[in-house]
Amino acid sequence: MSNTRRNIDQYWKKNIQIVSILLFFWFLASFGFGIIFADNLDEISFFGFKLGFWFAQQGSILIFVAIIFIYIRSMKKLDQEFKEDIDE
Amino acid sequence: MSVQSLTYLFVGISFSLYIFIAIKSRAGSTNEFYIAGKGVHPVANGMATAADWMSAASFISMAGLISFMGRDGAVYLMGWTGGYVLLALLLAPYLRKFGQYTVPDFIGTRYYSTTARVVAVICLIIVSFTYVAGQMRGVGIVFSRFLEVEIEIGVIIGMGIVFFYAVLGGMKGITYTQVAQYCVLIFAYLVPAIFISILITGNPVPQFGFGDRLIDQDIYLLEKLDLIMTDIGFEPYTSGLKERIDVFCITAALMLGTAGLPHVIVRFFTVPDVASARRSAGYALIFIAILYTTAPAVSSFARYNLLESTHDISYEQAPQWFKNWEDIGLIAWRDKNNDGLIQHAEGNAFDPVKPKYDDSIGEFGERIITNNSQVKSNNEVYIDRDIMVLANPEIAELPPWVIALVAAGALAAALSTAAGLLLVISASVSHDLIKKTLATDITEKRELFYARFSVLIAVIIAGLFGIYPPGFVAQVVAFAFGLAAATLFPALLLGIFTKAINKEGAISGMIAGLIFTLGYIVYFKFMHPELNSSSNWLWGISPEGIGTIGMLINILVSIVVTSMTKKTPDEIRNLVDQIRQP
Repeated sequence: MSNTRRNIDQYWKKNIQIVSILLFFWFLASFGFGIIFADNLDEISFFGFKLGFWFAQQGSILIFVAIIFIYIRSMKKLDQEFKEDIDE
Repeated sequence: MSVQSLTYLFVGISFSLYIFIAIKSRAGSTNEFYIAGKGVHPVANGMATAADWMSAASFISMAGLISFMGRDGAVYLMGWTGGYVLLALLLAPYLRKFGQYTVPDFIGTRYYSTTARVVAVICLIIVSFTYVAGQMRGVGIVFSRFLEVEIEIGVIIGMGIVFFYAVLGGMKGITYTQVAQYCVLIFAYLVPAIFISILITGNPVPQFGFGDRLIDQDIYLLEKLDLIMTDIGFEPYTSGLKERIDVFCITAALMLGTAGLPHVIVRFFTVPDVASARRSAGYALIFIAILYTTAPAVSSFARYNLLESTHDISYEQAPQWFKNWEDIGLIAWRDKNNDGLIQHAEGNAFDPVKPKYDDSIGEFGERIITNNSQVKSNNEVYIDRDIMVLANPEIAELPPWVIALVAAGALAAALSTAAGLLLVISASVSHDLIKKTLATDITEKRELFYARFSVLIAVIIAGLFGIYPPGFVAQVVAFAFGLAAATLFPALLLGIFTKAINKEGAISGMIAGLIFTLGYIVYFKFMHPELNSSSNWLWGISPEGIGTIGMLINILVSIVVTSMTKKTPDEIRNLVDQIRQP
């Protein structure tokens, strides 16, 4: 029982880790590149866009999609590890 | 065939399709009625979520708003998509694991309190009704412009269709009609966008055309647009006007609010397991991103077309669409400087903003309005933001079937969202208020009857909002997000990620968030609209963005009150452990 308890806590800890890292990139792509650093990024030209403008109106959305799919894959892996530990 | 008969044809076909699907997927139990028997495939649920989420506002209004806001329009783009990251990472999998019927169900159980459940129901109803009113209005506008029936009749037809498939099929019927509605609306959005992108830049992908060179000139579209706008005296399209802190807070409020919207959350209850809930959030965002990355491209094309085809042009030579939309009151022009030409400029043209016509015709054939001229602005034109998408096919001179398609798509967007909202409202009444609070001993059959009956009541109220819109409806819709961000989102988040927050904490947090946010909005929007400017706002944050502060207050109050009251019981701590496991 205590073994399972430890596994559950470990699973949760790893889960929090994955979520925190991904939320950091979520914040960086939108609030970071799209708002806070947008003026500096606007100096850079990117396929006919100012880069900060592109992040605000296109890039952030694409990064959001990528973040969710990375999350789906990481959690799938974590779920499998966790299942094996419980079965042992 | 004329535009009008084509529109009847397209709308007729799409409506028959929705009814056919509803008859095929009738719900027989409360489980099917509330959450479609938990049997929806993640991809189908992704599409249904996308249709559920993308409302008349996304389809009709958003590109037009961005068109006039330029850079600042990004708050909607980031705000309404970024929320899905929060939903996928912080809420959807855990709420699916919990596996009940409604959002108040989770709050009531996790905070072991009927009061918490009822407070959640109140927040849910305020949020959902403000939202649904806008949808019914959207249905009315489309009917009156494209089918030339009275707005009232349009609303009643829309109500009838939604009522039919929501009552018959519940969540099951709604899910599969939403899948069909997604296909209709995305096709209807992309076709004109692709046409226009080709016309302006020669690039068939609007997302790339957005950053491409103009077809007959060696200059990028956005550069040219910036030039045209600076010439006229506007800020460049790609620079923002809003304060950074306000942009930050509005974006955050829209994201947090999106993640806290009950009709979106409940879609994740309909899939078979936790992994499917995660996957369907991913698919949902892909389906949404297709429209949301196209919209800003459409905005820039539309602004370019608008200025190119009407600025410094005489009224007689102005294109036909300018007069068509003037006829139904969504465009107005007054020749302020008596040069016979139409001029756009920064600021509202008239006071009050919306035109009031006096049924007479001016020397150029324009409709005379009785508004005062806004002295501070040289702008001569009022343009309703909503027409930028609806008129786009006409502005770009696209074939009639494209115009008909846009009408069918706008209706699909409005109806799918209305149906989803009405279902969560009725579920929270029949399940949370009746079954779980007032009459706990009723049978399932009886509960199902109440569920269907509440849909009827909700449809009627929503329809009345559409027919007799209280003046404030359009403004209020945007605030549904702030309210969801300040009430439901923190309660759900804290319920999953902490074991400590207890019922006293959660209830006082939700109430504090609700009162603060609602109070701030009502103060600036309804009591003292004359004070509604950044110098009077709290830290320069507009009422649109205040939900972010409301959320922080909610969390703070929850923590403080929790620390002064009794610990959460052990069985609740176990419950939290359970929902954290896949």
